[in-house]
Amino acid sequence: MTSSAGTPRALLSVNGLRKLYPVGRKLLGRFGRTQPAMLHAVDGVSFAIERGETIGLVGESGCGKSTLARLIARLIDPTAGMIWFDGADISTMPARKFARSEWRADIQMVFQEATDSINPRFTAARAIADPLIRLRDLRAAALRVRVEEVARLTGLPAELLVRFPHQLSGGQKARVGIARAIAVEPRLLILDEPTSALDVSVQTVILKLLHELKQRLALSYLFVSHDLNVVRLLCDRVLVMYLGRIIESGPAVQLFAAPAHPYTQALLSALPNPGARRTRIALAGEPRSPIDPDPHICRLYGRCPRATDLCRKVAPLLQQIAAGRLVACHHPVDEMAAAGP
Amino acid sequence: MISGTLDGNLRHALYVLGENPVTAAAFALFLLFALLATFGPALVPYDPLASNTAQALNAPSISHWFGTDQLGRDIFSRVVVATRLDLGIAIAAVALAFSVGTLLGLIGGYWGGWADRIIGRIVDTIMAFPLFVLAMGIVAGLGNSVANIIYATAIINLPIYARLSRAEANIRCNAGFIEAARLCGNGEVRIALGQLFPNILPLMAVQVSLTLGYAILNAAGLSFIGLGVRPPTAEWGIMVAEGASNIVSGEWWVALFPGLVLMTAVFCFNLIGDGLRDIVDPVRRT
Repeated sequence: MTSSAGTPRALLSVNGLRKLYPVGRKLLGRFGRTQPAMLHAVDGVSFAIERGETIGLVGESGCGKSTLARLIARLIDPTAGMIWFDGADISTMPARKFARSEWRADIQMVFQEATDSINPRFTAARAIADPLIRLRDLRAAALRVRVEEVARLTGLPAELLVRFPHQLSGGQKARVGIARAIAVEPRLLILDEPTSALDVSVQTVILKLLHELKQRLALSYLFVSHDLNVVRLLCDRVLVMYLGRIIESGPAVQLFAAPAHPYTQALLSALPNPGARRTRIALAGEPRSPIDPDPHICRLYGRCPRATDLCRKVAPLLQQIAAGRLVACHHPVDEMAAAGP
Repeated sequence: MISGTLDGNLRHALYVLGENPVTAAAFALFLLFALLATFGPALVPYDPLASNTAQALNAPSISHWFGTDQLGRDIFSRVVVATRLDLGIAIAAVALAFSVGTLLGLIGGYWGGWADRIIGRIVDTIMAFPLFVLAMGIVAGLGNSVANIIYATAIINLPIYARLSRAEANIRCNAGFIEAARLCGNGEVRIALGQLFPNILPLMAVQVSLTLGYAILNAAGLSFIGLGVRPPTAEWGIMVAEGASNIVSGEWWVALFPGLVLMTAVFCFNLIGDGLRDIVDPVRRT
């Protein structure tokens, strides 16, 4: 697990992070004894984010991406594992106290649902001002100046600042969400599918904005998405998640060119890719249940075209297959070899 | 700019009233009651407590618009003067029930856990009694005084506020904007009071208006059965009670006019409920 914990000077490093949710009870033996059944939303995740890096987190719906994002944003408490931010362990402080801690301004987040994330009774200006009042102690004129400055930076016209969320369009609300998150100049910005609720033309504009902001403000991004094309364009490194675990990670260019995990391969083959020789790989069946999964069976077993007997006896761990590339599979795809003569 | 202008809110309120003549009429009626409550004793033509047996049980006339009662007191003056007491009891009781009930509901709905369970059971216990009987019991036990009528009315109204605010707080306690508020560095108490509470306020405002009418009825009801304000104080409930015995002998005005005013007041508060929601709910604004 320590192999992927990153360099000591990493901005954020996560080690063995787990989040389990109780979902009802399951029967133990014949005597009616029960114990809580646990849904493994995030199950032993380790990775690091370097300064100035953009990390993409991809995976299908329900694989634990959003839970992981919320854990790192310290909105929820992990069941186990550690989160180190700039050399300090931030995982032990309860989430409800973290709001008042010194790191709150350093880690900010843009939510998936812009509409839901803005208080319906706040104007755009009030919403953007909220973190500045609480975390930067700005008041009156200084607050006003900063709110207008951030609005300008995110391309939000000043005359829209007096409006309530229901008077703004989807793209405008997304800008309010981004403006609020960058207002306090965080060092790590978590973006939880920030464009999934927007139409394509607005998506492009918002993604361009995010790209510019990153360069102007020297931010690090954790970009959660199920849109692989966006991840390829925006991210330096990619983490692929499946049923609560990271099953592959590596530099975006290499990972997209030569996926090593059968799941990643299938995921990438689903991308529309005109003129490519790659054929589409369809995974059969449904994902395994995330409720109390058997620790000895590979999470992809049953859907994986490369599965062998070994895969249901020993669950594979993340292992290095090349510099900076990790994969959790007993039978990784070697595209370079496959493409050879 | 940050908090939304007062001017804009006022303009919106006037717009809503213009669109709904019924609501506007209800608000006008409320204004009239408020004026009567404030200036009533200075406006009335007769002393509401001065008896004049020579004029007992006179029918409505130019000099006594609502007639006189069995002691010759002017019923119009008594009805007007009673407005302050009846509205005062209702408003004080509802204010008390609203603040305590909403706070309890907010705590239970937002924090959950043991606090929620304990508050829930207390509220259930109150709900288990027939509410008017409970109010009677409280006043009978604590003694006939205006303060005790207010407490009794507040206690029987408490569950409505506690349950409503608990439900509304609970469905919002993990909403996106609450998570965003945590990201923005707001403490839990500040989130509950500063961000969650304003969002449930519109629904509570409607409830306030509805229960105000109910509280007036309750206070008058207690007085009617002799457990509220004592004679000779002018109060709508007592006046109806005193007049009830006169109906059979044909002096219908003694009970009718206080009853009519009482009914109008309750009706007025119920109508205001709807209008109030339109004014305080920003989602309806365009």
